[in-house]
Amino acid sequence: MIPYADRTFVASLCRGWAGLSTDPAKAYWMESRLAPLARREGFESPAAVIDALRRGGDARLGWATVEAMAAPGPAFFHDRPVLERVVGEILPALACARGAEPIRVWIAGCGVGQEVYSLAMLLAQSPTLAARVELCATDLSARNIERAQAGVFSQFEVQQGLPARMLVGFFDNRGGEFEISQRLRTMVTWRRVNLAEGQIGMGPFDLVLCRTSLAQLTDEGRAAAMTNLRHALARHGRLITNGNDTRDDGQAAVDRASRVAA
Amino acid sequence: LKSCLLLDDSRVVRKVTRRILEGLGFEVSEAADEAEAARAWDTAKPDLVMVEWRLPGADSAGVLRGLRALPGADQTRIVVCSGETGIWRIREALEAGADEYIMKPFDGAIVAGKLASLGLAA
Repeated sequence: MIPYADRTFVASLCRGWAGLSTDPAKAYWMESRLAPLARREGFESPAAVIDALRRGGDARLGWATVEAMAAPGPAFFHDRPVLERVVGEILPALACARGAEPIRVWIAGCGVGQEVYSLAMLLAQSPTLAARVELCATDLSARNIERAQAGVFSQFEVQQGLPARMLVGFFDNRGGEFEISQRLRTMVTWRRVNLAEGQIGMGPFDLVLCRTSLAQLTDEGRAAAMTNLRHALARHGRLITNGNDTRDDGQAAVDRASRVAA
Repeated sequence: LKSCLLLDDSRVVRKVTRRILEGLGFEVSEAADEAEAARAWDTAKPDLVMVEWRLPGADSAGVLRGLRALPGADQTRIVVCSGETGIWRIREALEAGADEYIMKPFDGAIVAGKLASLGLAA
């Protein structure tokens, strides 16, 4: 098990670099997140990774560690009423208001892609609207972005929240896994973004969704992220956050969010 | 109490699935083949049928159509549970009348999520 002092070291790294709140008391959890990283990087244990970092290991290894501690992002169709309202009401209204301009949407904290692909699947059912919408998805973890871009999901992942009809409509078998269609993958552009950094240079966006990442940030990290999200909004743009994630009623969640919008 | 009929030729699978469904508040009956399923159906029409997609000696799509043709089955949710993971096989099950499809192996969270999406939260 990773010693407590090492766990607080990782927590302070996460806090300092990405505004991530990590609980050093959760030893098993940290072990499970760092073990795959240790194997991949050729260390004999997570503790050996931390030891290398303490000796002034390279920034790349530091980032890999911080990114491994970030939450994996929401499952397919997480809080579906919100997504349905985005595609059924908010985007059509924006499409009217914006004339011929494209409607730009930012999904902040996309994890390995389930949320943005859920939106893309709903959009694919309204091709005229879909043609107007540009989806940009970002995550703190470069590794998550790589996986999301590849669009290949495990059997376990495609059974969490994804209706079987959507699975057969948009996925193909790939070895023992499932690959989302090229058509959906090309609807999204990807970028690694650390929401807790200053001047991230995103935007302007007509709609920003950040539904799960804020919950994992420290107060300071969350304040920085909110500043970034607000600055990225176009005039009359809308921001949907859902930090505490307790609602299953899309209406309330979106309305509450729209009060936050700049 | 919502009721579920489990149709699977494997006793072990029935046992594991029964435990999950009972944990979700279902009353569970079991059948090892189509004939047993039809008899169980006559006793009590279930709210949910969970059926293996590869029953020995049976035509998969035929089994589903047979279930759908039972009296009152239009109100019953049918979920295929199978180790079969080919997309075209899953599509075939949906086209033959399944409402949902669960690939084996599965756990309680997957079953609970799928049933909730069918409006069957017990």
